[in-house]
Amino acid sequence: MKSNVSRRSMIGRVGAALAGLLAAPAARTVRAAVSKGLVSPGAAQGYDPLQHKWVMAIDVNRCIGCGFCVEACKTENRVPSGPYYRTWVERYIITRPDPGAGTARGETLVDSPDGGMRGFGEPAAPERIQHSFFVPKLCNLCKHSPCVQACPVGATFDAPDGAVLIDPKYCIGCGFCIQACPYGCRFLSPATHTAEKCSLCYHRITRGLKPACVEVCPTQARVFGDLQNSAAEDPIRQFYQNNRVQALKPHLGTDPRLFYAGIDKEVR
Amino acid sequence: MTNAITNLVAELTPHFEGYVYPNEAARQPLWGVLIVLYPYITGLVAGAFIMASLVRVFKVKALEPVYRLSLLTAFAFLLCATLPLLCHLGHPERCLEIMMTPHLTSPMAIFGFIYAWYLMAVLLLELWFDYRQDFVQWSQSATGFRGILYRAFTLGVTDESKAAVGLDMKLGWVISIVGIPSAFLLHGYVGFIFGSIKANPWWGNALMPIIFILSAMASGIALCVFNYMTLTWIRRHSTDMRCLDAMGMFLFYALVVDAAVEGLDWIQRIYSAEEGFQLLRQLATEKLFYTLNVGQALLGTAMPLLLLGTLQVLRRRIPEPARKRMYFASAALILVGVLAMRWNVVIGGQLFSKSLRGFMSYKMDFAGMEGWFMGAILLALPFVVLTVLVKLFLAERLPGGQAEPHLSAHE
Repeated sequence: MKSNVSRRSMIGRVGAALAGLLAAPAARTVRAAVSKGLVSPGAAQGYDPLQHKWVMAIDVNRCIGCGFCVEACKTENRVPSGPYYRTWVERYIITRPDPGAGTARGETLVDSPDGGMRGFGEPAAPERIQHSFFVPKLCNLCKHSPCVQACPVGATFDAPDGAVLIDPKYCIGCGFCIQACPYGCRFLSPATHTAEKCSLCYHRITRGLKPACVEVCPTQARVFGDLQNSAAEDPIRQFYQNNRVQALKPHLGTDPRLFYAGIDKEVR
Repeated sequence: MTNAITNLVAELTPHFEGYVYPNEAARQPLWGVLIVLYPYITGLVAGAFIMASLVRVFKVKALEPVYRLSLLTAFAFLLCATLPLLCHLGHPERCLEIMMTPHLTSPMAIFGFIYAWYLMAVLLLELWFDYRQDFVQWSQSATGFRGILYRAFTLGVTDESKAAVGLDMKLGWVISIVGIPSAFLLHGYVGFIFGSIKANPWWGNALMPIIFILSAMASGIALCVFNYMTLTWIRRHSTDMRCLDAMGMFLFYALVVDAAVEGLDWIQRIYSAEEGFQLLRQLATEKLFYTLNVGQALLGTAMPLLLLGTLQVLRRRIPEPARKRMYFASAALILVGVLAMRWNVVIGGQLFSKSLRGFMSYKMDFAGMEGWFMGAILLALPFVVLTVLVKLFLAERLPGGQAEPHLSAHE
């Protein structure tokens, strides 16, 4: 009787192990199918998000503040006119300290007229400038995105290929993600009443093209690539190889995947 | 043009000081007066329920005259609590997605469940168990629509035996016990919606849920004092001073603890002076000067503390009419003060840029979804609902010849 029970339990265990073995690939298939489903409707047909890891980087030393990237983004993504931006450029002017002030630097003045879309006018007092530079801003592609965490319905999500996307058909327009984003990268579209943000031009990158802002940048200040399919000589690998990089607001623990080279401590 | 017509106060273009992120220059603030009302109303629910629990769970006999009024107040305000949130959504027609396909890491999604739990499993059940025997009796004597209504409310359970009524009481008590942590959870969670936003130094604070709960208790008890005194005044009844004194005492203690914790929060902020502190200081001393220093601190906290504190010490020496006025003034001031506190949290948190380099301005419109008018309607609505509930369940002349709402079940 005792051996019968033992045999039965053994059969049970073997059965469970077999079921587990059979279920594992099935679960993986389901997970892959779900992951594939989690791509923007703008993605190309047959595009496999599991085969890519998109990333962007900014070399601030190269940016000339022309604003082409902002204009290209607005046009390409039909961003509503007015103060709504998926990407923008900020100008930082750090003035010389007043004589006898006993400080290393003067004031920090920041501006971004029309998101930098039409370039920047002459600074008020050029002779007072100690440093001046331009900083392109966009979604920071956080690994621990506060926007994704905050969205009450999961309309904002991390795509498996590294993009942080919004499903506009699902967004309820509560604005919680906009409040949660520390970088001011989101806005509530006056046209759709849903949240909007940089999608890395998902409709382009899934077709083998670069994001519009990267495409038009005349100085290659914006570097874009696929970490899963890039050789050592690719610009994105070269960027990491040649620069010491920094992320914005690292103390918040969002772990941005968007890295900057050449920024100043004043940049937030 | 429409804007020019509807803006009765003054026409102002968006105004900025310093640098704000370009997207922050769009619609400011993103969360307007409706989101101010949402935590305010939710807090009143939690506070009023805790007031009722003092009778049911903690057996504070003196408060029995306001037990049912507190429960009905909590219920009326809970029914309206999510309306401001709903009106604010870009796509209100998708609101049920929060419940149907919730994203479990989102405080807002979890709030949907906590709200549903509180409404369905706590308040409605407690009210039903408390009123069931009355419904049975009223349905026998009331005619017409009221009779149908009371019959429907019995849900077909017409057993009036001692055992059945005893079971009602027992279950009501159990639900009250479950209800206290639920009320804390309900409003603590509203605090967490703001406290969880680490991107905003004005909001991202571990003390936020606790501050919200404590201010909710003060405002909820104040609302019960306000409602009780208004109701007795309308009905030309005499005020039960024992009950009013007891309410005043609990109001005083709630306010002392609330003021102490909010004070601690400020001391901690000032001492640690983290990134953005200069900005927050400017916010407190300039941008929110009237609503924070005058509305919340002076009128909403210091004055009621003084009035209620005086009443605690010199109660016997102050004549009854003066005491009544002092209680009423304290309750009204606390209600205004807590509304100012919600304003300071919600609007204050959106008056500065997350770049920590500049300020935005805010002028409330008169008309429109986020205007004064809509805000006033949404704030008045719970009182309208409460009036209907009081007419139905706390009427002066209830069917069966009862002159006053009876509390025999708890006596």
